Amino acid sequence: MKYIRQFLRFWYDFIVGDDWRIAAGVVAAIGLTALVAHRGFAAWWLMVVLVIAVLIGSVRRGAR
Amino acid sequence: MTRGVFLFLSAFLASGVEMVEALTIVLAVGVTRGWRSTLLGAGAAALGLAAIVAVLGPAVSAVPLTTLRLVVGGLLLIFGLQWLRKAILRAGGYKPLHDEAASYEKERAQAQYAGPERKKSVDWYSFTVSFKGVFLEGLEVAFIVVTFGAAQGNGVAIAAAAAAAAFVVVLVVGTIVRAPLSRVPENTLKFVVGLLLTSFGAFWAGEGASVSWPGDDASLLGILGLLLAISLTTVRLLRRRRAIAGRSLAPAGARA
Repeated sequence: MKYIRQFLRFWYDFIVGDDWRIAAGVVAAIGLTALVAHRGFAAWWLMVVLVIAVLIGSVRRGAR
Repeated sequence: MTRGVFLFLSAFLASGVEMVEALTIVLAVGVTRGWRSTLLGAGAAALGLAAIVAVLGPAVSAVPLTTLRLVVGGLLLIFGLQWLRKAILRAGGYKPLHDEAASYEKERAQAQYAGPERKKSVDWYSFTVSFKGVFLEGLEVAFIVVTFGAAQGNGVAIAAAAAAAAFVVVLVVGTIVRAPLSRVPENTLKFVVGLLLTSFGAFWAGEGASVSWPGDDASLLGILGLLLAISLTTVRLLRRRRAIAGRSLAPAGARA
């Protein structure tokens, strides 16, 4: 039980880390990019823009 | 070619950063309580990590490449953005820098007060602390080696070679100085690794999401350059904001 808890704790720290919004933002960025790409539009720029937005948003919250 | 260089650099630097942290713990315990049990613990952890890589590597390789790139790209993005965020906040003065010398002293003090060392049998305190330090720091390296390797043909070999090279470098330097590697610019390394992982993550996650990158592999350099410029600008803005806040908090006489 202790080891399972430690294992889950490791993955929680690994994925959620200091700011859970990074993980949520990345999932949303990939989902949106996939949606646009599957409709036949060029979506490479969207991925880059969304990643930068997630980074800047998280840094701003961390610097408050 | 570009991917191979990126892969080697990312795995080498990420492994190096984690290994410096593990070395700090091993040195503190070894110097304070003796080397035998400490090295046994570190060796057992290294074996455990090698087993994880050996089992997970082929298992992960069996997953279809597109799915793998989507998942691995996403995880690398999350991991890279977390490192980059931390490094930017540290460089901007909003988070204290990681101090290996302080970590070393803390571990040493704890080891000193943990009861007497046993000369003949295994000193379980040294073994456990050393094992946990090496295993936990190494787990992230193992993850990077396995996922990087699996998402690119021939990648496991490149990533494993990079991790092995980092291990040799850190071990040789640690053996020579026998002190915490406090002069290693850890935040700069984390900054670079964060940039590389985020660039790789965005690229792979994009490919997994059916994006076609202009210029194919060359776009990795474009993403990296853009992220570097934005990160450096953010650090500069944070420093300026902190300086202005410091000035406005200072008493009127101190400003004159």
